[in-house]
Amino acid sequence: MQRRNFLVAAGAAFVAGCSEIGKTNWFGKLVDGAEGWHRGLHRALGVGRIPMAPEYSRADLSPYFRGNGSLTVDTDAYRAAEAEGFANWRLAVGGLVDNPGELTMDDLRALPQRTQITRHDCVEGWSAIGEWTGPQLSRILETAGVQPEANFIIFRCADNLNGADYYESCDMDDAIHPQTIIAHQLNGEALPVRNGAPLRLRIERQLGYKHAKYLTGIEAVASLDGYGQGNGGYWEDRGYQWYAGI
Amino acid sequence: MAKKRKRHAISTRIWHWVNALALIILFMSGLNISNAHRRLYWGDGGFLPEQAWLEVPRFPGWATIPDYYSLAAARDWHVLFSLVLGFSLLAFMISAFFNGHMKRDIFASRREWKPSNIWRDVREHLKFNFDHGAGKYNILQKISYAGVILILIPLMIFTGMVMSPGMEAAWPWMTEMFGGRQSARSLHFIAAWLLFAFFVVHILLVLAAGPIGQIRDMITGGKIEGDDDATA
Repeated sequence: MQRRNFLVAAGAAFVAGCSEIGKTNWFGKLVDGAEGWHRGLHRALGVGRIPMAPEYSRADLSPYFRGNGSLTVDTDAYRAAEAEGFANWRLAVGGLVDNPGELTMDDLRALPQRTQITRHDCVEGWSAIGEWTGPQLSRILETAGVQPEANFIIFRCADNLNGADYYESCDMDDAIHPQTIIAHQLNGEALPVRNGAPLRLRIERQLGYKHAKYLTGIEAVASLDGYGQGNGGYWEDRGYQWYAGI
Repeated sequence: MAKKRKRHAISTRIWHWVNALALIILFMSGLNISNAHRRLYWGDGGFLPEQAWLEVPRFPGWATIPDYYSLAAARDWHVLFSLVLGFSLLAFMISAFFNGHMKRDIFASRREWKPSNIWRDVREHLKFNFDHGAGKYNILQKISYAGVILILIPLMIFTGMVMSPGMEAAWPWMTEMFGGRQSARSLHFIAAWLLFAFFVVHILLVLAAGPIGQIRDMITGGKIEGDDDATA
């Protein structure tokens, strides 16, 4: 009996100890290092070509595309935009670019389009397959003329989750990746509200929380400091990895 | 006279304890991650109850790292110790191939694979006689250790890699090998519990075989039995 009590106590001390270690700064630094290692391995193992997320056929499409996180935007402005079919929605392009400005939905539809059937992997563990259509982010950035000091692209969103504005960011490698698109269509139809109408990011080599919905603007920046809590995204500010390719 | 060989090489001992720690942390943080979506699927995609082949229970806080539900914190542990598991196994495999541990102690000879030998070994185990067999390990031990080192842990590592979308973009063939990401996730879960089963049997047998001597030898290296009276 005593031995069993000892084992139970040792087990409880172990999980409690791990929980405490998990909150320390040095453990956070170790995890950041591990995140960098994973990212470096992914890049190194895919060297010699552009690593592409797998693409599927229409037969593989999920019965419908699950919505998660924000399922709508709870503002009068958004409801008004939805009522007019998002005809006057604008995507602001700014930050470290030579030609800042705004793109209308027609502007975005007039750009060369990419359609891709990809798998969306939520950090929770589930996956859904959908067909996305929209212009490549690289085209938009090319037209805007990104300045050499820019290291990241920030994605601004209309939705507010638990009292904080949703936002995301990626490095230039993912920003100019061929499969990184600003999608306005899902499965051949206008993007549904629960999936981010009228515009959402598709950044196919990373987990679902990177795929910012309800996009209002993109911004080229040198550093992620000063946006949200400085970790480069809504969920990143809540402890999730910035590099969500793991 | 040649220097006496230890029962366990230093590389084996270091790997044993690093691997044990990594597996325990990965298993318990994995149970926390499992709580984020408690359904398993086959194929590429899946999120609906009717697509699932298994609904798994919610694992309680005492079994998870951290001891409260946090997908972000559990992933931190998982992301860190997956590297420890993978690179320590790689280092162990390289040294075990070069120092002969694999060939001498883990791989079984054709003679050992004879059903009569396996059956005899099962009977000896049932009699709680663990001190038998010509080499260091008997055939049941060899099968379990080879199964864990060469099949189960590599399966955990590779199915884990498949679940990383960045890794998948680099090596898409690996996803196809496992039949899709959700299949890899299911196999990851199954292999984790097979490793847990190994862990339980391993602990019970160490307890039955004399835990103090077994644990001491896995720390200090111990001596090879019968080495003292070896004759020419």
